[in-house]
Amino acid sequence: MSEISMNTASGVEGATAQSQLRDVPAVRMEAVYKHYGDFTALDQVDLKVAKGEKIVVCGPSGSGKSTLIRCINHIEKHDEGLIYVNGVELDHQRKNIDAVRRDTGMVFQSFNLFPHMTVLENCILAPMTVNGMSEAEAKDLAMHFLTKVRIPDQAEKFPGQLSGGQQQRVAIARALCMRPKIMLFDEPTSALDPEMVKEVLETMKKLAEEGMTMLCVTHEMGFAREVADRIVFMNEGKVVEQAAPEEFFQHPKSERARTFLDQIIH
Amino acid sequence: MSHFSPTAAVNYFFNYFLMKGVLVTIGLTVAAVIGGLILGMGIALMRMSSNPVLSGFSRFYIWFFRGTPLLIQLVVIYSGLPQLGIKFSVITCALVGLILNEAAYLAEIVRSGFMAVSAGQREAAWALSLSPWVTFRRVTLPQAFRLMIPPLGNSINSLLKATSLASVISVEELMRRSDMLMQEHFQILEVYAAATAYYLILTSVWDAIQRRLEKHFGRSSAAKSRRIAATAPVAQTSVEARA
Repeated sequence: MSEISMNTASGVEGATAQSQLRDVPAVRMEAVYKHYGDFTALDQVDLKVAKGEKIVVCGPSGSGKSTLIRCINHIEKHDEGLIYVNGVELDHQRKNIDAVRRDTGMVFQSFNLFPHMTVLENCILAPMTVNGMSEAEAKDLAMHFLTKVRIPDQAEKFPGQLSGGQQQRVAIARALCMRPKIMLFDEPTSALDPEMVKEVLETMKKLAEEGMTMLCVTHEMGFAREVADRIVFMNEGKVVEQAAPEEFFQHPKSERARTFLDQIIH
Repeated sequence: MSHFSPTAAVNYFFNYFLMKGVLVTIGLTVAAVIGGLILGMGIALMRMSSNPVLSGFSRFYIWFFRGTPLLIQLVVIYSGLPQLGIKFSVITCALVGLILNEAAYLAEIVRSGFMAVSAGQREAAWALSLSPWVTFRRVTLPQAFRLMIPPLGNSINSLLKATSLASVISVEELMRRSDMLMQEHFQILEVYAAATAYYLILTSVWDAIQRRLEKHFGRSSAAKSRRIAATAPVAQTSVEARA
């Protein structure tokens, strides 16, 4: 049963209900496990993300970072444990999965724009077919967010005609068109040429400043230091440590985090 | 009669009786493509299903119809099934045989098209909470179809020629009617020259159609570079034209 519907069902007064809603974490994971055959991708993961919080997830490759955020919108099915997103339990029920996916936007390493549609068509598809918007409304909305990511002039082009950085910004705009409450970023700059990383990170920073709840898997430690409220360090499927960026970079507690930081910070 | 008569060949080409056979060939091909695509799509979906009974049946179907000659399939349907009390008209027999056979090939083409669409496309659709139907209809199908066109073209080309096997069960298509003319006048080379010309024309027309399809459905990717170059000047000329 979802926490939100329990709150409203109990008929609490408006203000109280709202403050209670605010207290519902954006994401809550309890003892989550995910296995691929013999391999344990997530090993008893506990994580709580408050509304408006910016989390950067880092760790060596194969540590389960991507699996972690892909479980949050059920692109990956967790095997054990509990996951709540805005109070809705991800219990593999269609209706709850849909509710969670409507609340979350995702940006992928490989952009995953629909190559046979123009930028604008990419952006209006979900608002029109999922939210039942009219084409005119959806186009207005799409242009609003395309302007926000600074590529309104590319609206009629196909993704293949854009640079990687532009494609990733379109992907961000496309996700924002569904007005998500949480944005999930899965290594959004890893597939980009170095000179295009900045424009994407700038767009993400702007989003962070506006108060979006964000979970971001990235190796961009500069971004982490500047934007993150908290760093989550993972290794071998476990959350090894969580700390504010300052603390994590200056005084990593675990040996594994120390070696990891030594390797990526030159 | 130790020579080849071009005039006779031309006369056969314009022979009304033979032309009617060409129409039957075209009809058989079109009907078998449409029927084969519908059935093949179903077989492909079954093959991709996680249900072992469905995918097992589909696997068996494809194995059976691709593993036996179309000629035997046609003869069995036409002459064999009546032994079990199942009787169809000649043309129905030919259509059933061609559709069942073509579906096996098209199913594999459809399946390979869908498998070539990257998993990321489906994940993006899920993340946007698109329904399974919208995901299929708007995201995976158009991309898969574009990839299916070249092998589809090949298969339809083969099918066009394979309809000549229906002559064996006495369907009066191009091949059968050529035979009939040949037996009447014994101008073997002349008659078959006319038939050959018709087959070449039909396959060439299909080639042209296929190229247009490829161009149409490939526009988003193939037109990439052209469009980048073209958008600005096009906008300019339209402004000039108006001025």
